[in-house]
Amino acid sequence: MIKFDRVSKRYPGSFDAIKNITFEINQGDLVFVTGASGAGKSTLLKLIAGLERPTSGTVLINNQNVSQLKAAAIPYLRRNFGLIFQDHKLLYNRNCFENVALPLHINGILGEEAAKRIRAALDKVGLLSKEKSMPITLSGGEQQRLAIARAVVSRPAILIADEPTGNLDENYATDILGFLYAFQQVGVTVIIACHELPQNIPENMQNAMKVLHLQHGELSA
Amino acid sequence: MNQWLNQHIQPAKMVLGRMRQNFLGTVLMCCVMGVTLSLPAILFTIIDNLGHVAGSVESKPQLSLFLKLDASSKAKANIAEQLKKHPDIAKYEFVSKESAWEQLQQNADTADISASLSKNPLPDAYFVTPKDIKPESVQRLQQEMQQWSGVELAQVDANWIKRLDTLLKLGKKAIFVLVVLLGFALVAIIGNTIRLQIMTQLEEIEVSKLIGATNQFIRRPFLYAGTLYGLGGGLAAWFIVLAVVELFNTSVTEIADLYASQFRITMPNATITLVMLLSAIGLGWLGSFVAVNRSLAKIEKL
Repeated sequence: MIKFDRVSKRYPGSFDAIKNITFEINQGDLVFVTGASGAGKSTLLKLIAGLERPTSGTVLINNQNVSQLKAAAIPYLRRNFGLIFQDHKLLYNRNCFENVALPLHINGILGEEAAKRIRAALDKVGLLSKEKSMPITLSGGEQQRLAIARAVVSRPAILIADEPTGNLDENYATDILGFLYAFQQVGVTVIIACHELPQNIPENMQNAMKVLHLQHGELSA
Repeated sequence: MNQWLNQHIQPAKMVLGRMRQNFLGTVLMCCVMGVTLSLPAILFTIIDNLGHVAGSVESKPQLSLFLKLDASSKAKANIAEQLKKHPDIAKYEFVSKESAWEQLQQNADTADISASLSKNPLPDAYFVTPKDIKPESVQRLQQEMQQWSGVELAQVDANWIKRLDTLLKLGKKAIFVLVVLLGFALVAIIGNTIRLQIMTQLEEIEVSKLIGATNQFIRRPFLYAGTLYGLGGGLAAWFIVLAVVELFNTSVTEIADLYASQFRITMPNATITLVMLLSAIGLGWLGSFVAVNRSLAKIEKL
């Protein structure tokens, strides 16, 4: 599903954020990308999601070489992913319902079908009763759950979360990880970047998960 | 098909909603465009109506066809036949040498001259009104008539036609220059308005791009906004021209009545109105297209 072959990424006038990385992620995997700040976690996620292109090496997503994709094709590649950011990236001038509607509108899905899917996504993260609330009125944990609802509403095959629990206290963090594990259980590939492996990972998940530990842009054992 | 339609309906609804929310701003924007567009439109209306005035007051240009003094009756009849059948001639009038001599003698200003002459020196003449008053057409007709048998001189009041034509051409050039300059101004005004709208929605654009929005998706609502501003501006311009024409007509009627004329300033015809509206829409679209493309290029560099 996702294949990195000797991938490096150098930002202009900077050091190598990622150095010669090779790995493979299969459908339905739960992958933790761990490492300290500046280790290259975010760059790795951006390369997977097509937000960045590698300087060298090959990134294959569903057998498509990201480096060879035309700029116009990149948005369509991104629609395969549900993205969750540490800072949520919610639209604060739109209510919860409208925030979750955005990916569907991008895909041209409107009306009853869209409403049904938005409410299902909000229900899944426990925010159905707050569909008309503005994001600013939600707690940090609720905002992140709203971001998850927006990420899953278009039923992506891959869910990518960049430090989704970074700003949350332990209870909220457990909640968020629980939602992400639930999606992995139904066949969605889940990739989570975090400083270190979360505690209390359910036992049945521990066997299915992969860990990519990054150190100074390189994979370490 | 349904998905394609949705991708147009959704931004159109969104833009209309935003315009309704900011109703006063939208109306003011349309007024600015309307005033700007109305300037060349009013100038065009004046030039167009001046053309009608010139046509009706001065009458159409005439060609004077003076026959040879010894022209036979057969030659005169031939010329009359040619004039009758000619497709470029609207009408013609024959003035015999006797009739012309009589008029000359009756005219107080020329009575002395006619008295000093022992015999009638005037030729028979035809006064011809061409259908097409373009200088080149009249010139062509004059050259053709000069070759006819029995014709001594085919004369045209070319100066009068050229003067009128030059003035009309000058007016049209002035309109063209005004349209080009104001067109640039409108593109800049709309572009700036759309740029400000983009700035207020920058976060939304960035998030949309992150989750897979194409540039077309981002552009669409802004292009709709520009187009709607253009349409609103075009309609406003039409109403301004209508108001100006009505205002002028109150005075024009009084003056025309003094000359027993039915002349009134008329609005531009349907074709010109349609061109004006489509130009306004086109300028609105162009302004927003330029603004949104520049902004997208900047966002992509970030």
